[in-house]
Amino acid sequence: MAKVKKSVNADPDPVIKITPVKTSAAAAVTTTSVVSFTQTLQKTLEAYKSSLTPKFALIDIFLGFLVALGALQFVFCCLVGNFPFNAFLGGFISTVGQFVLTVSLRLQFDDENRVAIWKGQGKEMKWRAMGDYIFASLVLHFIVYHFIN
Amino acid sequence: MKPLTSVLQTTAFALKVVIILSIAGAAISSRLFSVIRFESIIHEFDPWFNYRATKYLVENNFNDFLNWFDDRTWYPLGRVTGGTLYPGLMVTSGAIWHVLRKLSMPIDIRNICVLLAPAFSALTAYATYLFTSELKDSGAGLLAAALIAIAPGYISRSVAGSYDNEAIAITLLMTTFYLWIKACKLGSIFWSALSALCYFYMVAAWGGYVFITNLIPLHIFVLILMGRYSAKLYVAYTTWYALGTLASMQIPFVGFLPIRSNDHMAALGVFGLIQLVAFGNYVKSSTSSKQFKTFLTVSLVLIIALGVSGLFALTAAGLIAPWTGRFYSLWDTGYAKLHIPIIASVSEHQPTAWPAFFFDTQFLIWLFPAGIYLLFQDLANEHVFVIIYSVLCSYFAGVMIRLMLVLTPVICVCGAIAISKLFDVYLNLRELAATSEETRKDRIFQLLSRMIVIMSFGFYLCFFVYHCTWVSSTAYSSPSVVLASRNPDGSQAIIDDYREAYYWLRMNSPEDAKIMAWWDYGYQIGGMADRTTLVDNNTWNNTHIATVGKAMSSPEDKAYEILVNHDVDYVLVIFGGLLGYSGDDINKFLWMVRISEGIWPEDISERSFFTARGEYKVDDQASQTMQNSLMYKLSYYRYHEVFGMQAATDRVRNQVIPKKDIELDSLEEVFTSENWIVRVYQVKKGDNAGRNLQEAGSFERKAKGGRNRSAKKPEVGLREL
Repeated sequence: MAKVKKSVNADPDPVIKITPVKTSAAAAVTTTSVVSFTQTLQKTLEAYKSSLTPKFALIDIFLGFLVALGALQFVFCCLVGNFPFNAFLGGFISTVGQFVLTVSLRLQFDDENRVAIWKGQGKEMKWRAMGDYIFASLVLHFIVYHFIN
Repeated sequence: MKPLTSVLQTTAFALKVVIILSIAGAAISSRLFSVIRFESIIHEFDPWFNYRATKYLVENNFNDFLNWFDDRTWYPLGRVTGGTLYPGLMVTSGAIWHVLRKLSMPIDIRNICVLLAPAFSALTAYATYLFTSELKDSGAGLLAAALIAIAPGYISRSVAGSYDNEAIAITLLMTTFYLWIKACKLGSIFWSALSALCYFYMVAAWGGYVFITNLIPLHIFVLILMGRYSAKLYVAYTTWYALGTLASMQIPFVGFLPIRSNDHMAALGVFGLIQLVAFGNYVKSSTSSKQFKTFLTVSLVLIIALGVSGLFALTAAGLIAPWTGRFYSLWDTGYAKLHIPIIASVSEHQPTAWPAFFFDTQFLIWLFPAGIYLLFQDLANEHVFVIIYSVLCSYFAGVMIRLMLVLTPVICVCGAIAISKLFDVYLNLRELAATSEETRKDRIFQLLSRMIVIMSFGFYLCFFVYHCTWVSSTAYSSPSVVLASRNPDGSQAIIDDYREAYYWLRMNSPEDAKIMAWWDYGYQIGGMADRTTLVDNNTWNNTHIATVGKAMSSPEDKAYEILVNHDVDYVLVIFGGLLGYSGDDINKFLWMVRISEGIWPEDISERSFFTARGEYKVDDQASQTMQNSLMYKLSYYRYHEVFGMQAATDRVRNQVIPKKDIELDSLEEVFTSENWIVRVYQVKKGDNAGRNLQEAGSFERKAKGGRNRSAKKPEVGLREL
């Protein structure tokens, strides 16, 4: 479990990343809403930590890695220039695409979701989700490969 | 009991297959009128370019096709054809050609092109069946397939020979929608990825893909507003958007548009929004609802402010292209007329007249709202999709006549749902049998009322078939390259002037001759005469088109300068006055004037082409500018000779052409087709004696006119020399 906790701290998950922007601007509105706002976020974070299993942690580390990679490419593009624009786009969109695909997979792996939303049971559904995920990733990376030249 | 149900199921399945096959047969055969009546020929204007491009693709390889620089159009500019077309159509027929050849069935590429649209219409019927089955049941699906197979609104763009992008685009449209609805229902990455791939094919095939690009995000947006967000939608939309956008950028013509132009920003915005909503949903699941509410309001205000200001800033900074002219003209119908006459000049961009709706969809037009109402009764996610689709499309179809095509499938789907619901209720005899305790009289009345409803709708359906056949045979099956008319005795006469003239050019002009004609005929000249043109139906360069317009509307001497500057060898005009063919150049002339006035307001003014009373006339009241313009001269040159030097009548405009001789100095007539529809003039190349052509012309005329007098003249002068 130690590994898991570490990952949460190191993980620039979107949950945490968006926080500073929102709180700073929300301060302008009212102080009470800021308090409840941060409270909400704290509660969410706690709920997140408590529901984390090693498998999900692995997925989340991957998500964090993708976000970091995408951000890195974006910063690089801003600093150095976007000369082979399709190469930059290909790289950037591949991270975005992989991110949303992985989030979709994660949503389908969640036990609560699977029963409540997909009405699916057991392993079969998981395997199908995994197969879909691999198929879509292959398509994505094939196109990216073609796009980058 | 069990074997019975399985037998029933098998029978039902077999019946479905048979029905779908016969629907496909009906779809194909009702599009073959023009092939039977005329021949296997490519129709109209744009198809000729697609055909020429396909031939190029088949003769060369795919890479050559993508890098094709065409120096035979838009002389002297040329056109980067490979990068400015949607290759889907050509690649499809090219692939079919190759596959058939591998199967040792070598078929002429022209026949594949001609028959591609009917073949794909059969597939459209199948896609519509699947789509409607998802909405209601397979009964409604079969009905919708049957309706779309023969609906005139769709036939208008998919008869045999109308080898245009729309021919395959509607199939892809329906398939994409089917896959999308499936993806939404199942929340499956797989279906969504398939939908994205189909969307890619659609992007490759037709510019109308922007419709899907905006419709699907709008669907998601509306569902979010309705509070129907679920993880399934997240899966479906994000997968579709990420894959679809990336894939659409592979088409050279589309390029970076999906991230640069405002048309595509809605999709990106919804993509961002659904991420936030997903996050918000996650927060919601782990906190109390009151806390969540404040959280929601604070973040919503922030995000909307950020997003809108960001969009404005990026547009102002020039990073995102503002909306295109065609887009504006969708909202403001007067926009195109004021700012971009070239868009307004195309007849298919005109607003739709009311009868057209009935003409194209017959009784479905009044079943359409009923179908929408029934969809509102269920209002599942996929029904919301159809409702949005129909609302948007009804508007667009009202603005632009060509968008009738996109509306027709949804009309058929909604109509089919309405009819099928009606049949569900009125053909349900079980209820009738159950009320056995009631009096006999009641049952008869019930039966009677059912019979009346069923029979009247049966009549409507049969009548629909007659209507569709009639419309597609009379209105939509004319190739417009070859015209059909009736002789006085009622027999059919084929008017083949276009091909006659183009063939003359092909055989009699040098291979590198440059031909100037109005842009409508550019593709046909390229395809049939195989000669270089100045402008064509691609209309990518407004100034160049305006140049041609200026040449046509200037007096002869000024026009000659333009002709010489552009190396023009032949000028081709379409003249319908003799035959009463209304789609000729004199009727299009005002657009030429308007388009060139947009570029050179100081040289050309539209007002001066009207009479003092503001009428557009070609008879002796026609304004001086009109009578001096090159177009007028080329159209009516020697026209009165047909009438035996009597007053000549223009049968299109029903006006009498003034009797005076039209003199042409710098051009000479080289060909006029049988019914005078196509007239070809050659541009003279300077005078041998070094005079300018006006002087030479007037000298010749003097020499001719004064022959009687000059006969008396002693030829002393010459001898002395």
